[in-house]
Amino acid sequence: MDKPLNQKAWLFVLPVLLIVAFSALIPLMTVVNYSVQDTFGNNQFFWNGIGWYIDLLDPTTDLGGRFLDALWRNLLFSAIILAIEVPLGIAVALSMPRDGWRVAATLVVLALPMLIPWNVVGTIWQIFAREDIGLLGYVVNRLGIPYNYTADTLSAWITIVVMDVWHWTSLVALLCYAGLRSIPDAFYQAARIDGASRWAVFMNIQLPKMNRVLLIAVLLRFMDSFMIYTEPFVVTGGGPGNSTTFVSIDLVKLALGQFDLGKAAAMSIVYNLIILAICWVFYTVMTRLDARRG
Amino acid sequence: MARIELADLAHHYRPNPATDADYALKPMHHVWDQGGAYALLGPSGCGKTTLLNIISGLLIPSRGRVLFDGKDVTHLPTESRNIAQVFQFPVVYDTMTVYDNLAFPLRNRGLRGPAVDARVREIAALLDLTPDLTRRGGGLTADAKQKISLGRGLVRPDVAAILFDEPLTVIDPHLKWELRSKLKALHRALDLTMIYVTHDQTEALTFADTVVVMHDGRVVQMGRPDELFEKPAHTFVGHFIGSPGMNVLPAEIDGATARVGGVGIPLARGYTAPAAGIRTEIGVRPEFARLAPAGTGVPVRVRRIEDLGRRRIARVELAGHPMAVTVPDGLSVSGEASVLMEPAMVHVYADGRLVEAA
Repeated sequence: MDKPLNQKAWLFVLPVLLIVAFSALIPLMTVVNYSVQDTFGNNQFFWNGIGWYIDLLDPTTDLGGRFLDALWRNLLFSAIILAIEVPLGIAVALSMPRDGWRVAATLVVLALPMLIPWNVVGTIWQIFAREDIGLLGYVVNRLGIPYNYTADTLSAWITIVVMDVWHWTSLVALLCYAGLRSIPDAFYQAARIDGASRWAVFMNIQLPKMNRVLLIAVLLRFMDSFMIYTEPFVVTGGGPGNSTTFVSIDLVKLALGQFDLGKAAAMSIVYNLIILAICWVFYTVMTRLDARRG
Repeated sequence: MARIELADLAHHYRPNPATDADYALKPMHHVWDQGGAYALLGPSGCGKTTLLNIISGLLIPSRGRVLFDGKDVTHLPTESRNIAQVFQFPVVYDTMTVYDNLAFPLRNRGLRGPAVDARVREIAALLDLTPDLTRRGGGLTADAKQKISLGRGLVRPDVAAILFDEPLTVIDPHLKWELRSKLKALHRALDLTMIYVTHDQTEALTFADTVVVMHDGRVVQMGRPDELFEKPAHTFVGHFIGSPGMNVLPAEIDGATARVGGVGIPLARGYTAPAAGIRTEIGVRPEFARLAPAGTGVPVRVRRIEDLGRRRIARVELAGHPMAVTVPDGLSVSGEASVLMEPAMVHVYADGRLVEAA
């Protein structure tokens, strides 16, 4: 195969390469650079090799311990919100109207939480859930249930989980609704003639048709919740204690609070790799499922 | 089994219909016999799918009753009627195997074990689906999927009628013929009433013993294919069936002669003069009007000759009105010519409806 060599093509790629270099590669390399050094301020850096990485992956060290703790908290949080938002989103999508003006009204109402900036969502819930002046916190306490997210771990967790469910269930619902809308009426009519129960219709018609959007929804919600920062930071600031300190919050504490640039850089690289790995697993599962169906 | 009776049936989608035009289905009364093969034929929007959905119970009519063997089923849910329906787009449960698809209606009705197995295998054999039984429904071709939809209807032992809603729309042309033959064979083998909705006259005429032509929410004619062809009850039927359709010419009726723009055309019998204000027309199919040399019949002017392969059709003008007529083999004329019509096949229509012999 003789292909004519045309070096001019590089000229067309060059702008993209430059943009990618400045937006991604160079910042990333800076982080890599920090992660192998230590600093005591004064802009003096010392070579540390893979020392931070060894610490980070060893749970017996101070750094490794707090990283693992934050990671577990993060995974637990993602698992809880997926377990709530996915079934709830499906249920909402199933009960949404199929036609008429109600469709538009429902869509607007559902989209509202997603349109609010994240730190505003945090602020809303921070105030809403306060036990002294917040409507929710005050009412719950008056009902005799002790609830204080600044002092009690369980309260703090419930607050951020409910907040995330409030903020993001709509996304799952809207994606599922799109999947449901693609089912022709004939399927429902045929199912009625076949005598299928409501459950059989769900299992054999609706769920298979929602499968793909559901995988996308799970992927999006997992990634988002795994990288969550703003809302819990605004509400609890990672507390009480470290009980709601997720990896990203810990990262900021490390980098900007303690100014441990080396440790923070190593942590962000590992954090990033974990996210990439999970993405890869999701992607593989999705494409496998697709191929099996084709 | 099932003799289907539509008693004084009508349907409208809008509330409080004021005029006839508000009805999707105008009041009708029909009886369809057990074991018949019926085709509902008509253009899009004529109400044929509405009628089908009323029979299957997906829709409850706003007026009148549906009776199966004299039993009122108007308000009976569709799953409790012994009917099956095959839709335009094949409905297959993608994630199930072909076997499970066929077993689905039986299992939903609480049947289990060998009874299900025997029935599924019997129907699969009937539809040539046996080799595909273990495959998943999602990956099959459109015609195989449509056979599965049909199979899910046939598998129920209690089914007395199968309704088809334009079932061959998404099937490849060369498979359409095959599938239609299969349907005919099934109809002969099983004692089932079949109702087949289509807008394709070839499909209707080859499938059905009785063709029900619908137009604008009304059944305009119900009859054997040859009746529709030879004696259309409405000018619409004349237009819609046949290619090219029936020639309809405005005419004045004078005893046993029709006058089209002053030109006399002999009729088979005498007609009483219609009341004033009624539009009278004559209709004659191109097959019963032959072109002939000038001076031998009704004078016409030839516009052009179309060669349809098997036959030739002349587009002519009779006193300014366009008409299609058959050109006999070997005849070549142009310009002035004549048309010979079989008087028995020249029908008289008053306001679109056939005027029957008294």
